[in-house]
Amino acid sequence: MDSLRKHWFTWSVLGLGFTFLYLPILILMVYSFNESKLATVWSGFSFKWYVKLFNDQAMIDAAWLSIKIAFWTATGAVILGTMASLVMTRMHRFHGKTLFGALITAPLVMPDVILGLSMLLMFVSLGNMAGLEAKGVYSIWIAHVTFTLAFVTVVISSRMAELDKSLEEAAMDLGANRVKVFFQITLPIITPALVSGWLLAFTLSLDDVVIASFVSGPGSTTLPIKVFSSVRRGLNPEINAVATIMVMVVALGAVAAWWWMRHEERRKQRDMQLALQDNG
Amino acid sequence: MNTKFFKKLLPGSRWAVIGVPYLWMLVFFAIPFLIVLRISFSMRDQGRSPPYTPILQYIENALTMKLNLSNYLTLITDPLYLQAYGSSLWIAGVSTLLALLIGYPIAYVISKMPPSSRNIAMMLVILPSWTSFLIRVYAWVGILKNNGLLNNLLMKIGVIDEPLKILYTPTAAYIGIVYCYLPFMILPLYTNLIKHDNRLLEAAYDLGAKPWKAFLKITLPLSKAGIIAGCMLVMIPAVGEYVIPEMLGGPDTLMIGRQLVNDFTQATDWPRASAVAITMLLLLLVPILIFNRVQQNEIEGRLT
Repeated sequence: MDSLRKHWFTWSVLGLGFTFLYLPILILMVYSFNESKLATVWSGFSFKWYVKLFNDQAMIDAAWLSIKIAFWTATGAVILGTMASLVMTRMHRFHGKTLFGALITAPLVMPDVILGLSMLLMFVSLGNMAGLEAKGVYSIWIAHVTFTLAFVTVVISSRMAELDKSLEEAAMDLGANRVKVFFQITLPIITPALVSGWLLAFTLSLDDVVIASFVSGPGSTTLPIKVFSSVRRGLNPEINAVATIMVMVVALGAVAAWWWMRHEERRKQRDMQLALQDNG
Repeated sequence: MNTKFFKKLLPGSRWAVIGVPYLWMLVFFAIPFLIVLRISFSMRDQGRSPPYTPILQYIENALTMKLNLSNYLTLITDPLYLQAYGSSLWIAGVSTLLALLIGYPIAYVISKMPPSSRNIAMMLVILPSWTSFLIRVYAWVGILKNNGLLNNLLMKIGVIDEPLKILYTPTAAYIGIVYCYLPFMILPLYTNLIKHDNRLLEAAYDLGAKPWKAFLKITLPLSKAGIIAGCMLVMIPAVGEYVIPEMLGGPDTLMIGRQLVNDFTQATDWPRASAVAITMLLLLLVPILIFNRVQQNEIEGRLT
């Protein structure tokens, strides 16, 4: 009786919770196949919004630009984030280490509007001095690396902190220098963290509209800026089509990641069993 | 810390590893704040480019510094700004509370599941936040509209005769914030709840405690750190939220992040927008410090 009540509670909480999380997205996807322009009345199945989307050159350009910025943002943030994580987890206290930690993690809890404003004002001031264009693709890239660096550093440094340091020490006792230890021992072990940090930075960059709006110029309209300006005027089934494609990509990526993780887990277990057998 | 770690390294590369990210954050994060602070003390001047007067000027062989406090004075005397700050805090606070009430049962139920299924359940909780934030806000426009899906459904089953006006009201902003930030509430709650020692609850049951009482006396107090972390993760970004009030809230939903963008783009008043940013930061400093404190305790607690 008690366990029946418990089950009932569990399933209703999960059912309601996941309905709330997923139903709006599902509705959005369903209506991308709607014939009518009124995105709330169903009038028949159609691919016409996808056709329209694939002929919308401005939207495609924006999407392509966003992907490029996201790619280089993620790459830059992972390189800087790995360095920052080394500093946070592997170095002695040095003068200014506290400030370093605060600087690296502060963007985690900083509202986007403040980051966007401060970035733009900085670019304008520096641009005045150096005679550079304050708004553009490079400004978006710099702004995105700066705010995603915090997230990437958290992911990588938590992996580095729990990593068994005796491996690194053993390699150094055997005469390897620090650079070699890093590339041959540390890096292979933290690779999963680098991958998830990279993916996190990629999605954060691809998703950002507020910061990008501040620092983008006429020639650098990213996908979120384009989407935002068209949904501000109300419903637009073409945006439903964009949403559906995005959700499909994320879902496929999640399934692939889950499959890969399971595969790695099983391989690790098999290797461990083999190693044990060899020893025995 | 590891003593051997950088001994075998060329002295130069140690400083490169520290220096590159340090310099990046100084130039692109710390200095921008000082620039915002500086501009918040200047005055709007449409004739100039950029549109504000410099603080330091070299006039008649003398370096003069003019600090203009009027931007800050406006913020504390103009009812518009006081209202914007007040309603930002109110909207963010109420949304945080709603997210806690919805998120806690979900996190609790998932934490009690067997390990293999709870990992999948948590992945399903986080998955929506990997899709676009904008898209998730936009999804509610079609649902909450006057002739939208929710109103159509309610009218069809006869609960209401006339459509409810939800879209472009603060209610829609609450829904949007709770929906978008719910995973950030569930995640820290879940990480806290799975660490609980089940034997405590079993002992309470053995001693005759009702499940509800055991929850209030044991689980709830133990999850305090998770509750605080989750609430801060929702509250802090929600206070400065711009996209949700802009897309769902309508003109009546006054929020400070929105006001900042309006001051900056429509009024091109850069000094005013900077003062709004500095004040918002001061307002958020207390919750940010609480959050850091709790996180620090969690990390230290795990080490000992």
